[in-house]
Amino acid sequence: MVEWTAEERAAIQGVFNKLDYESVGRESLTRCLVVYPWTRRYFGGFGNLFNAEAIMANPKVAAHGIVVLQGLEKALKNMDDIKNTYASLSEFHSVKLQVDPVNFQLLSDCLTVVIATRLRTEFTPDIQAAWQKFLAVVVSALSRQYH
Amino acid sequence: MLPVAEEIGSEALLRMFTTFPKTKTYFSHLDISARSEHLRCHGKKIVEALAEGARNISTLTTTLAPLSRFHAYQLRIHPTNFKLFNHCIIVTLACHMGDNFTPVAHAAIDKFLSAFSAVLAEKFR
Repeated sequence: MVEWTAEERAAIQGVFNKLDYESVGRESLTRCLVVYPWTRRYFGGFGNLFNAEAIMANPKVAAHGIVVLQGLEKALKNMDDIKNTYASLSEFHSVKLQVDPVNFQLLSDCLTVVIATRLRTEFTPDIQAAWQKFLAVVVSALSRQYH
Repeated sequence: MLPVAEEIGSEALLRMFTTFPKTKTYFSHLDISARSEHLRCHGKKIVEALAEGARNISTLTTTLAPLSRFHAYQLRIHPTNFKLFNHCIIVTLACHMGDNFTPVAHAAIDKFLSAFSAVLAEKFR
């Protein structure tokens, strides 16, 4: 089981309190699709993803960004059992969506970068460390049900 | 970026050591505490090497040959660590530049850092 210190819980909650799901969600997914173009393979039904401008203006990308952050909120509310909280989501990503789990890390990194652009110097090394530990647990839980 | 080379470089290193503590194992010979002389000096060295690479972006393999040999035969850093450091440089830039660190800029820097790291790891075997 993952151990969280009081400081880590506070840091992670603190980051969440400052998140505008719509803005951060949209931009994180946008960055993922722009910086790592091969991830577009999973969004065939989203329409025009041919270049950065198209991706940034795509309403389906924006809507899906919110879905991702709402999913992350589930992990925040169940920090002591993310593994089981995410069991069905993991199954869904493996069986239905067939996403290579290596891509979870890419979206996770993009989310961290977007948060850095929003929080600026408030996103201290210690807060970054706690936040990335949280995302690492989430990514691991999402990758668990692959077989 | 050069005048703030020391600031960006040392912050990126500090972020890496804090988020990925195993990376500290390569620096047992230095004082890498926050704001230490060693950290600032080393951070500056790295960013200056990146800038040199950027100035000669079409000839990375030739430009970085000495650094490449150094990383392969002397430092022998496991290549997965380059990715961790690259990520921390990007987070540092994002913190300093805010919205000016656009998705397109992010993509370009990520691509450059990947290419740079690939050259550094080229001679490993």
